[in-house]
Amino acid sequence: MATNKAGKQTLIFPYAPVIFSWGTVVGPMEGQGPLSGYFDKIMENDLEDGDKSWEKSEQGMMQHSMEFALEKVGLTGENLDFYLAGDLLNQIISANFTARFFDVPFLGIYGACSTLAEGMTLGAALLCAGYADKVGVSVSSHHETAERQLRMPTEQGVQRPLTAQWTVTGAGTYLLSAAGGGIRITSATVGKIKDLGVGDANDMGTAMAPAAMDTLKTHLQDMNRKPEDYDLIITGDLGVLGLNILKELMRQEGYSVDNVSDCGVLIYKPEQDTHSGGSGCGCSGVVLSYILQKMLEGRYKRVILLGTGALLSPTSSFQGESIPGIAHGVVFEYS
Amino acid sequence: MELLLKAFILGGVICALGQILMDFTPFNVTPGHILVGYVTVGAVISALGWYQPLIDWGGAGASVPLSGFGHLLAQGAIEGVKKNGLLGAIGGGIEASAVGIAAAVIFGLLTATFFKPRG
Repeated sequence: MATNKAGKQTLIFPYAPVIFSWGTVVGPMEGQGPLSGYFDKIMENDLEDGDKSWEKSEQGMMQHSMEFALEKVGLTGENLDFYLAGDLLNQIISANFTARFFDVPFLGIYGACSTLAEGMTLGAALLCAGYADKVGVSVSSHHETAERQLRMPTEQGVQRPLTAQWTVTGAGTYLLSAAGGGIRITSATVGKIKDLGVGDANDMGTAMAPAAMDTLKTHLQDMNRKPEDYDLIITGDLGVLGLNILKELMRQEGYSVDNVSDCGVLIYKPEQDTHSGGSGCGCSGVVLSYILQKMLEGRYKRVILLGTGALLSPTSSFQGESIPGIAHGVVFEYS
Repeated sequence: MELLLKAFILGGVICALGQILMDFTPFNVTPGHILVGYVTVGAVISALGWYQPLIDWGGAGASVPLSGFGHLLAQGAIEGVKKNGLLGAIGGGIEASAVGIAAAVIFGLLTATFFKPRG
């Protein structure tokens, strides 16, 4: 009997785990964005000095974000019971290679850009079930490695359509604990795959918006709540276009949309010319640190993060498959 | 100076056409489609004898874009057939464009040797 489950898809965390530390590293372009003051480290170059490849720099970013998070509370990797991490590259190498440097039991996870929400859900579940006292969750993405992985070679100079989003160069680590005070993870809704047949890898916001809507609707039904019960409903990386579609879907459902935003819209200034905004694991991965900071300052009391993921692969794209979208909701509360 | 202007206009029109195909058609036209399509269409137009007049008028404006490469292939194949019979249709195009192809290989090799490509 699933005693801690509400409705169809929502996990209730009776001993709500606390986010007790976090660390973020971003690239130079994110460092010029409106949230630059909230990040622990801004890299001067997408390629860090001495690194032979962008992949190496991405791995370094994730490692540094973890080190920042641990240092802030005077811990080392050995103090964690589990480490959950993921990224966008083949075989999640950034996460696997980062875990080499921390002496900690490791579970690699992949949910494309929803990886942070997925990791926090699993981490909170491990803590609540009594399997752990402290869990680390890391995600990363890097604009150049993602372009190589998912799109065209950079030097081909293919034009980006206006629907395209800019993969965020950034890594975020969040440390969860079963005890203590602070921002709590009170519930989480695990999403279902929604695939309405969008096949354009340059239009992922449209592909993911229905998944975000489905998870939000299910969450509200499961918890018997309204959108107004949240100070902020923030999606992971729908971008400008996807966010507008989500708002439209919400209006059709009779929901208010005043408190809805998107990490991909917040991270860049419009004049940075990213077209539809940011995307990638690192998008929600670093913007969440800003939101948590705002929660500590008292601006938000209850926030739901809908981590959105486009679960395509380069092979599936080439073979003409559509893009399966997913969204996981995680609720943060601070009082 | 007049030739420069003509080349600029003709080359610009050819490229603008490709951009319009990508941006304003309902089909999902990618740069790859344009690349292959332009070479093919250039070769067909050239075989019909309509490409040489463009080069006579606009010079590099017609020979530099990808359709110019198609023109080179088609004319080479036609010459090849005249010289060597049907087998020339296969070799002629490559013979005519040998300078361009060899240059691509050599500059590719030089770039890879002297720079560290990361993208």
